[in-house]
Amino acid sequence: MAIRKKPSWQAPRIGVGQINLLENLSNASAISGQEDAVRKIVLSEIKSHGSDYEIDPLGNVLVTVKGRGRSLPKVMLAAHMDEVGFMLVNDEGEGLFSFRAVGGLDARQLAGKAVWVGKDQHPAVIGAKPIHLTTYSERQNTMGMASLRIDLGPSNSKKAQVGDQATFATKFTRLGPSLRGKALDDRLGVATLIELIKNAPANIDLLAAFTVQEEIGLRGAQVAAHRMQPDLAIALDCTPANDLPMWDGSANEQYNTKLDAGPAIYVADRATLSDPRLVAHLQRVGDTYKIPYQIRQPGGGGTDAGSIHKQRGGIPSVSVSVPGRYLHTAASIVRLADWRNHVGLIHAALSHIDKNTLKR
Amino acid sequence: MKELIQDLVQIAGPSGYEADVREYVQKDLKGHVDEMKVDPLGNLITRKGPKDGSGLNVMLAAHLDEIGVIVTHLDDNGFARFTTVGGVFPRNTVGARVKFLNGTGGVIGMEPTGYSSVTPINQMYIDVGVTKKSEMPVKVGDVAAFERTFEDLGKRLVSKALDDRVGVAVLIEIMKQLKDTPHNVFGVFTVQEEVGVRGAAAAAYGVDPDLGIAIDVTLTGDTPKAKTMDVSLGKGPAIKVKDSGMISDPRVVAWMEAGAKRARIPYQKEILTGGSTDARAIQITREGVPAGCVSIPCRYVHSPSEMVDYKDVQDSVKLLVQLLKRPIKL
Repeated sequence: MAIRKKPSWQAPRIGVGQINLLENLSNASAISGQEDAVRKIVLSEIKSHGSDYEIDPLGNVLVTVKGRGRSLPKVMLAAHMDEVGFMLVNDEGEGLFSFRAVGGLDARQLAGKAVWVGKDQHPAVIGAKPIHLTTYSERQNTMGMASLRIDLGPSNSKKAQVGDQATFATKFTRLGPSLRGKALDDRLGVATLIELIKNAPANIDLLAAFTVQEEIGLRGAQVAAHRMQPDLAIALDCTPANDLPMWDGSANEQYNTKLDAGPAIYVADRATLSDPRLVAHLQRVGDTYKIPYQIRQPGGGGTDAGSIHKQRGGIPSVSVSVPGRYLHTAASIVRLADWRNHVGLIHAALSHIDKNTLKR
Repeated sequence: MKELIQDLVQIAGPSGYEADVREYVQKDLKGHVDEMKVDPLGNLITRKGPKDGSGLNVMLAAHLDEIGVIVTHLDDNGFARFTTVGGVFPRNTVGARVKFLNGTGGVIGMEPTGYSSVTPINQMYIDVGVTKKSEMPVKVGDVAAFERTFEDLGKRLVSKALDDRVGVAVLIEIMKQLKDTPHNVFGVFTVQEEVGVRGAAAAAYGVDPDLGIAIDVTLTGDTPKAKTMDVSLGKGPAIKVKDSGMISDPRVVAWMEAGAKRARIPYQKEILTGGSTDARAIQITREGVPAGCVSIPCRYVHSPSEMVDYKDVQDSVKLLVQLLKRPIKL
């Protein structure tokens, strides 16, 4: 099943405006269940574009962009608005709060990190005993989350309360060919989805879901897919690139993905076996349009596709992610080129979806 | 039926890549059912019986998929690293042969990690018989199934993928043998069971049955120093009471037991402490479905040499056929 490149096709532009939007998205604080700040940015973009949208009972933003024609394939794209972070669980006075992780966080990454608390992003720090005072044996062990505190200082102690969120306090920045920021997982997907709405191909009905609560178990996407009833779905996410050289010089064979190798197409992760027809479609499009892509190493992890594909009578699904180093830490790094190719690959792939895409 | 089982186990169909097995079933059942369709996830849904009769909408489910492996990395010397699809035991894999969907064969080897403990999967590799990355006939993301010949030991059958091709064979036979049923019977051949009963969840939503029954294998307690479990090969189909994912509807269990007694079919009652079946997904679909499972006792499950008793297989067909011929009152 060959495809022919559409001569007039152009990838949606990722320029200064789009990078500025990503910056705003990355800098916003929105842990799972408290996605307001990101939802606001999404809504203002959607409204200015004039698309039909609704906010479902769990807080997903569901946008419909109809194509030209009747009974077009209904294609759901999902990007999650939430990020991993912290929730304050006990007020110990003087601006000190104990906390718990929301989503997958490594306790070894936390001590000494600056954080923003609450929707107003009050500055704080995750405190730990400094090296001057620790013993050798203390330094051999990881400090568990239970022994760490978020320190807001006494003057801000009344501005936070138990149940408030905290996120890493990392300002987005450009580093040559790279972008660095917190929560690029999955604000990149959110930014991509906004661009795809603004440049929606006319051969499909595009159903765009900005989902909530992905990081704690793909919960928002589950109800979004039930409501949208698409014919097929693509999750747009960010996946770890563990592509650094090994410390002992041995071959790194568990890199998951690599930076600069293009968007990562999923074949299998813990939650989903991608539909082989959609994997083949994406690869064909990548080859025809000469857009670089990589196959993500099959293995663990999961995306919104994990809950989408099992909804109702089954929804053929696949995920495509931007590779990013240091995900779920204070600062992740992605390549601008990978993002551009991600947007290009998805847009081109959508432009070639028709009734035959799911023919066996 | 032995030939049918032999044909089925020899087809490669790891989870997510069940197309060849499905096509075999489609061909084999042609003319024996009233309707047949493939749903969006690849489940094969067949139907037989009166649509608006006095009976129930009954969903029978047997899964097409088997456990397998998937390539994660090709190294410069032509070895493929891999991870598992479904519950593959590392201890069963060293020395095992695999077959990729494109026909490439390979053998699983391991790094010299010592033989006193079980080597983890990430220290194993697939050797497909080439010496350079550029010569590799497979790539990252390609899946393979285990490969092992079918052995007919007379009373007992040995093969890879008896889990659940033997269930598929039983379901095919049921659909063929059912002639006068008051029920609207859906024979559903599901996908992606081994990775978390995913296909059955979608299929059950589509079928929307009044009663759901999985047909799958279960473990036994009849081998040397086996974990205590009152299921043995050769003592009849096992009527599932409970497993680690589901409690069978007691009405379904009673209905099955009564049917077995009436037809003088030997049976055993099954309590499985590790593992589950498609019935788990069917039971909690939509507003809930009374569900149960007829299990075929099987030794060495998820190894390349699983073993079932042929009479248990035949009796499973008998049990379900005679149950479905009559009205059902739960």
